Amino acid sequence: MMASRTYEHAAGAAPVGAFQAILLAFPVALFPAALLSDIAYLNTAVIQWSNFSSWLLFGANVFTGIVTAWAIIAAILGRGRGARTWVLPGLLLVLFVAGVLDSFQHSRDGWHSVGTLGLVLSILCTLLAFAAAFMAHSRTGISGRAA
Amino acid sequence: MKITALLASSLALAVAACAPGSDPSLDQTGSDPDLPELRDALVPTLEIPTPAGWDGELPTVPEGYTVMPIARDLKIPRQTLVLPNGDILVAEGRGGYAPPMRPKDIIAGVLKGRGTSSVEGGDRIRLLRDEDGDGQTDLQTTFIDGLNAPYGLAFVDGTLYVANQDSLLQFPYTQGATRIEAPGRELSPLPAVLNHHWTKAMTASPDGSRLYVGIGSNSNVGERGMDVEENRAVIWEIDRATGASRIYASGLRNPTALSFNPATGQLWAVVNERDEIGPQLVPDYLTSVRAGGWYGWPYSYWGQNVDPRVMPRRPDLVRTAIRPDYALGSHVAALGVDFATDGGLGGAFSEGAFVGQHGSWNRSDPSGYKVVFVPFSGGRPAGRPIDLVTGFLHDGHARGRPVGVTFDAPRGALLIADDVSNTVWRVTRTGQTRTARR
Repeated sequence: MMASRTYEHAAGAAPVGAFQAILLAFPVALFPAALLSDIAYLNTAVIQWSNFSSWLLFGANVFTGIVTAWAIIAAILGRGRGARTWVLPGLLLVLFVAGVLDSFQHSRDGWHSVGTLGLVLSILCTLLAFAAAFMAHSRTGISGRAA
Repeated sequence: MKITALLASSLALAVAACAPGSDPSLDQTGSDPDLPELRDALVPTLEIPTPAGWDGELPTVPEGYTVMPIARDLKIPRQTLVLPNGDILVAEGRGGYAPPMRPKDIIAGVLKGRGTSSVEGGDRIRLLRDEDGDGQTDLQTTFIDGLNAPYGLAFVDGTLYVANQDSLLQFPYTQGATRIEAPGRELSPLPAVLNHHWTKAMTASPDGSRLYVGIGSNSNVGERGMDVEENRAVIWEIDRATGASRIYASGLRNPTALSFNPATGQLWAVVNERDEIGPQLVPDYLTSVRAGGWYGWPYSYWGQNVDPRVMPRRPDLVRTAIRPDYALGSHVAALGVDFATDGGLGGAFSEGAFVGQHGSWNRSDPSGYKVVFVPFSGGRPAGRPIDLVTGFLHDGHARGRPVGVTFDAPRGALLIADDVSNTVWRVTRTGQTRTARR
């Protein structure tokens, strides 16, 4: 079973699924990186860590925005069925909103650029990014969207 | 992508709507301004009035006073100086080269660019001469060329001093000259790393032995790290004979104009304070400058009010912070100061200091955009600031933005450099006959 599913996926879903996977790789990599550099800033008060976070969040938000728009359009065009269709776009939308808020938080100056709110948002974004990617990739595999 | 853009912009709007407004009942001028609680909004307020023409109109002055332009189409005029023969020098230029550090800097840079003149800075000094004493300019020449964002000007003993954004130059001057070809000799280099705040304000001590140069900070509140703040947010004292420099006072975020109080012989400065902790924090101020004094930046504001954005904290330093003498209002961006001498402009404008206010970008209700007069008595500020020249802000557009102010005592005139309409304005008493010349 596993083998045939993998084969199906690779053969049919590749163009769409792979593109989505590439887009999703950015938030998956960048939000946790921002969280790590936030932690480094809170531990050291060396401002460059906060600057790193700002740029990491900027990149994460751009790609989250694109993949969110994509997911919403795909849901509208009815690529799936039932309430589950909206779980992934909904999750991505929450991630995008939280990411943009985190970016605004990081545009504050000095010590206020991270703070409790920044740390909480970065943790939230990291968890949501993992959750969204996990859902997107396992759904592709299980439902066999290629067929 | 459209959906993304829509989402992002509506989110930004929703967040911006939470930005704090101003409380008009707060009195933010004088020696004891009302200071609200510190509130740093998630999206900093940027309200940038775009430039507009004067369309033949003039700035507003009180009854009994006259204002007129004496030079137009300049290239970003900043500060002026009156030579002994009455010729007026105008420093023109645009400085600073701090690279963007965060996405925010790029966005703010684009937005702020919309509020400035599109003219390229002249990097030169212009000379304005009034041949017949009617106040109007009859001859205009390029006095010194090829400078690097000149701002502070001083004249002592036949020598002209020009503070570029990176160095203090001296030029020999002969009476009546309309151009100096000789290259300047460097008296002292000036701190020039990044130059986030690039203006180098300057004045000479009354006895002419020393020059004082204002050097602004390299950030709003230390967010580029404190390493780049070495020799920043300070006033330097430079020995005119040797060029030796020392820090005269520190903790002054951006000392944009300096002048000696004729009544006390003390150095005074206007200082631009920090942004992004609310529309009514922190008031920009006018203060006497004590030798060796520390005025709070970045660790505290208006004396000992701690700014929590600066980490690590320095309670040991904050305990020593000096409270400034006189608040001018939050975000008014005071860029010019000069004392009235010889009776000033008369009436309410006889004794005190003229202050040019460039105008705010960091609050939704604009402040500044005018020239005020702070009345003094016995060498100290006494009373509320009085509007002298207004009307720069009109229908939400900036027709002009005042920078340097210079009181031309022999002719009883106030000169105002305006870096949006690229004009020098001259204010006098209406019908006055005092046009002494040469």
